[in-house]
Amino acid sequence: MSSEAGGSSSLGLRLSAIAGLLFLHLPLALIFLYAFTTEEKSFQFPPPGLTTQWFRVAWSARPDIWPPLYLSLRVAAIATVLALVLGTCAAAALSRARFFGRETISLLFVLPIALPGIITGIALRSAFDIMGIPFSVWTIILGHATFCIVVVYNNAVARFRRLSAHLVEASMDLGADAFQTLRHVILPQIGTALLAGGMLAFALSFDEVIVTTFTAGQQTTLPIWMLSELIRPRQRPVTNVVAVFVVIVTLVPILAAYWLTREGEHTGGASR
Amino acid sequence: MTAAPTARQRRLAGSISDVFFARPHLLTALLLAPPLLWLGIVYVGSLFALLLQSFYSLDDFSGVIVHEFTLSTYQQLLEAANVQVVVRTVSMAALVTIASAIIAFPIAYYAARHARGWTKALFYLAVMMPLWSSYLVKIYAWKLILAKEGIMTWLAGQLHLGWLLDAVLGLPIVGGPSLSFSYLGTFVVFVYVWLPYMILPTQAALERVPVNFIEAAADLGADPRQTFRTVTFPLALPGIIAGSIFTFSLTLGDYIVPQIVGNSRPFIGQAVYTLQGTAGNIPLAAAFTFVPIAIMAVYLWMAQRMGAFDVL
Repeated sequence: MSSEAGGSSSLGLRLSAIAGLLFLHLPLALIFLYAFTTEEKSFQFPPPGLTTQWFRVAWSARPDIWPPLYLSLRVAAIATVLALVLGTCAAAALSRARFFGRETISLLFVLPIALPGIITGIALRSAFDIMGIPFSVWTIILGHATFCIVVVYNNAVARFRRLSAHLVEASMDLGADAFQTLRHVILPQIGTALLAGGMLAFALSFDEVIVTTFTAGQQTTLPIWMLSELIRPRQRPVTNVVAVFVVIVTLVPILAAYWLTREGEHTGGASR
Repeated sequence: MTAAPTARQRRLAGSISDVFFARPHLLTALLLAPPLLWLGIVYVGSLFALLLQSFYSLDDFSGVIVHEFTLSTYQQLLEAANVQVVVRTVSMAALVTIASAIIAFPIAYYAARHARGWTKALFYLAVMMPLWSSYLVKIYAWKLILAKEGIMTWLAGQLHLGWLLDAVLGLPIVGGPSLSFSYLGTFVVFVYVWLPYMILPTQAALERVPVNFIEAAADLGADPRQTFRTVTFPLALPGIIAGSIFTFSLTLGDYIVPQIVGNSRPFIGQAVYTLQGTAGNIPLAAAFTFVPIAIMAVYLWMAQRMGAFDVL
């Protein structure tokens, strides 16, 4: 039956699917190529020559890269921790209980990511303005944690739904109290989902620029540094070196999150 | 502590467990309180602050925000230049959505109906990786491609199609000095950046089309084209609409793509950004933001009526 469904695919369909995927992937490959070009004033193609000097320049001759990098890492780490706590609480509560207003609340959790980022950004900006809150690392974190909650929530809620209630009941019947059940039964079951959610939240925060420009004031995160380099370029290949680094830093957690949640589908607890 | 709990700790833990066991709603409430307070205060609170700001106004002479209730800011929104910004943005969002749907459909269809085993995993990753990879890097990649001295011009030269590129750039409205300074460039980058958001829900909807529906259509004498038009496509439509929520809403609010690849005529996002930043006119920026919010509210209402939320 599946062979029937999978058997005949017209050439046109296959070609347009492949063309679509190439459209999605080829542009990113160019970022890598241009990190090695010898031309620093324009985006000349093909590059007149290839060199690895820009990696050295980025490492030692551009001190302006490091403070934004540290700030981004710090913001992403704290926002991820906050989102993990809040998102897991939300998922635990909403997956196990049925009550009036539940749908509205789950919509509220998704809203920060469903509405354009500029709305979250300008809304936080006006709140800071009205309340007279000065910009700081914490104003950035406040915004990031808000849209990272939904990422953790989505990952955790799917796992909580698969977590069989019988396991929790069995643990209680065998004399474990709520904390022992949490530590020995629930946490091992949801651990990988939380790790995956946390990694995605980190990647999302590390890369965020739309909300951040409204909540950062004069501070520069790595994406804001990159945006200013895009608008007023200095050494273009150095921007590419940083871009390559950003691609790798965000890609690793994404792939890891994929593997973690994929394996999770086969672990115990589901009553099949 | 958990290694060797004393009898007293054990009793305490036990009695706390009993309380939660007897009142499961108490536990739900305790779990729900922190995230709900966070979103309620930080997010919903900020949205109210935004609403409040939009009813203030900017004193034209002193440049200071007047904290008094007025509708004059919304009146300003109706000036011809601002209406033009809204029309420009909404048309772009609509075109981007249509183009994304057309490009996304074959990918989603192949992934849902033909890919099996490892090809299925490959398709999934091939869509997820661009979805999650850095937004700025993706835009930067297109700056490289579309620049006057970049790969597109080179490619056109290699294929002896330079005249075609020049003709396209010479077109009124969509053209410009080079692709990276034209609406056409802005359009391509928007499609590229939001395409994965269209593929995923479309694929989810296609996967739910039962195979026996398609077999039944064939048994009843429909040719593949008819089956597609009368069975597959109508059933996939909620997924396409779900995807269009993202492509439409994200294009409406974006201010970075048109800033990096595009001509200098502003979109809603850029207007908001400039108003709150250099102009210091937060009230008008806030009022401007309610245009995408209102458009999206209507859009979401229609999408819900067409069953798009079941696919999300």
